Amino acid sequence: INSEIHDFCHLKESKEMEDKVTSPEKAEEAKLKARYPHLGQKPGGSDFLRKRLQKGQKYFDSGDYNMAKAKMKNKQLPAAAPDKTEVTGDHIPTPQDLPQRKPSLVASKLAG
Amino acid sequence: ADIISTVEFNYSGDLLATGDKGGRVVIFQREQENKSRPHSRGEYNVYSTFQSHEPEFDYLKSLEIEEKINKIRWLPQQNAAHFLLSTNDKTIKLWKISERDKRAEGYNLKDEDGRLRDPFRITALRVPILKPMDLMVEASPRRIFANAHTYHINSISVNSDHETYLSADDLRINLWHLEITDRSFNIVDIKPANMEELTEVITAAEFHPLQCNVLVYSSSKGTVRLCDMRSSALCDRHSKFFEEPEDPSSRSFFSEIISSISDVKFSHSGRYMMTRDYLSVKVWDLNMETRPVETLQVHEYLRGKLCSLYENDCIFDKFECCWNGADSAIMTGSYNNFFRMFDRNTQRDVTLEASRENSKPRASLKPRKVCTGGKRKKDEISVDSLDFNKKILHTAWHPVENIIAVAATNNLYIFQDKVN
Repeated sequence: INSEIHDFCHLKESKEMEDKVTSPEKAEEAKLKARYPHLGQKPGGSDFLRKRLQKGQKYFDSGDYNMAKAKMKNKQLPAAAPDKTEVTGDHIPTPQDLPQRKPSLVASKLAG
Repeated sequence: ADIISTVEFNYSGDLLATGDKGGRVVIFQREQENKSRPHSRGEYNVYSTFQSHEPEFDYLKSLEIEEKINKIRWLPQQNAAHFLLSTNDKTIKLWKISERDKRAEGYNLKDEDGRLRDPFRITALRVPILKPMDLMVEASPRRIFANAHTYHINSISVNSDHETYLSADDLRINLWHLEITDRSFNIVDIKPANMEELTEVITAAEFHPLQCNVLVYSSSKGTVRLCDMRSSALCDRHSKFFEEPEDPSSRSFFSEIISSISDVKFSHSGRYMMTRDYLSVKVWDLNMETRPVETLQVHEYLRGKLCSLYENDCIFDKFECCWNGADSAIMTGSYNNFFRMFDRNTQRDVTLEASRENSKPRASLKPRKVCTGGKRKKDEISVDSLDFNKKILHTAWHPVENIIAVAATNNLYIFQDKVN
């Protein structure tokens, strides 16, 4: 009986190996799952799409900003992180952090 | 800010417009044939450059609105001026580009430099005359079509009636009249009542080149829907549904992502359309919804790299594709500044590179080859050496001649067929 079970396991393994050999895509999927075991059940589903739809959201709370300005008149306001990715909570956003209108006179390199 | 984000020839091919990430539009014009300078025929030089869109911040929604030009579409020329539509994520603008080569001189009430003349010094009336001046090309915004899109605009398409155009975002398609900016009709709405149920988004949309009632839109799930505006005001129900059946046993985590269509283009004849997904270009006969008539592999060797392409986000890159004027050839971009051209008649394809290091001006381009196996031949490049930051997403083909424009990050290359 032991040998029969052993044979069956061997068969299953070789089928999996076959899949990996014939499908590079499945091999890549296995690689990804190994690196990120908690990757969502529905890839390309709602979470991913919703992230795509909300691209570019930055938060500026004028109440926070004004209260902080009033409180910390003499102290330096904590500045934004240089990469300016998330402007929320911890640090007080300032008008300098937000995207400014660029001067329109900058010529395109193609026109040069 | 100089990264080119769209390239488009006008209907005659004499003008080539590019839009960039900084909201600027640069228009090139083809030089006229000149017997004394035979090499300059067909060269494109800068004709006009202007700032189309500025960055904005929507304080109400806490949204940064990029000034990047997503698409430019030319209007057919009706008079001496040229018109084009340019759009960023939220606002579409109609620009008029006109030439001025004369100016009036001899006004009565002001001097040549514009200063007002003292009325008491004017003793005689004169008629202003037109004098030639150096050519000046002016761009002015004629219409601004704003506030019609909650989500990011990915496509605009001018209708064959030359009066209307569509704009599409992730979930909706709107129909505009070129003269009317305060009203827009919603013709497709795929937003579910409950956003949790969202499964697909609109990725591209285009009007049929000849039938003004027909439009198509592609989705992130690899499908294309054809809608007929005659059937109902709201085209939520498609007239045709194009989808290639998938082999369920080959399905993987990446299947849906790489099937997402990044571009859809009708052929000039209107009989075919092509779709670009991550690894291939598919040509569809509009009369057959069940499967494409041709599938062209762009860079199949990337299938074994999907894991890292997912990690560096390249798997989400949106490549465009284009037809030549005769619909006999197709071009699309790839990585490492490579672009691919397919001849539908001879079934031959070629990989070329747009880079200054590897080619000299006016020299023929050398075909490139990517090697997938172990043994790399001389002049071949291995998949692992490809530079995935050098992506060619935007290409355009002259409507009549064999002239192509290829945007490689912040450089524009224009290639022509060698004429002997």
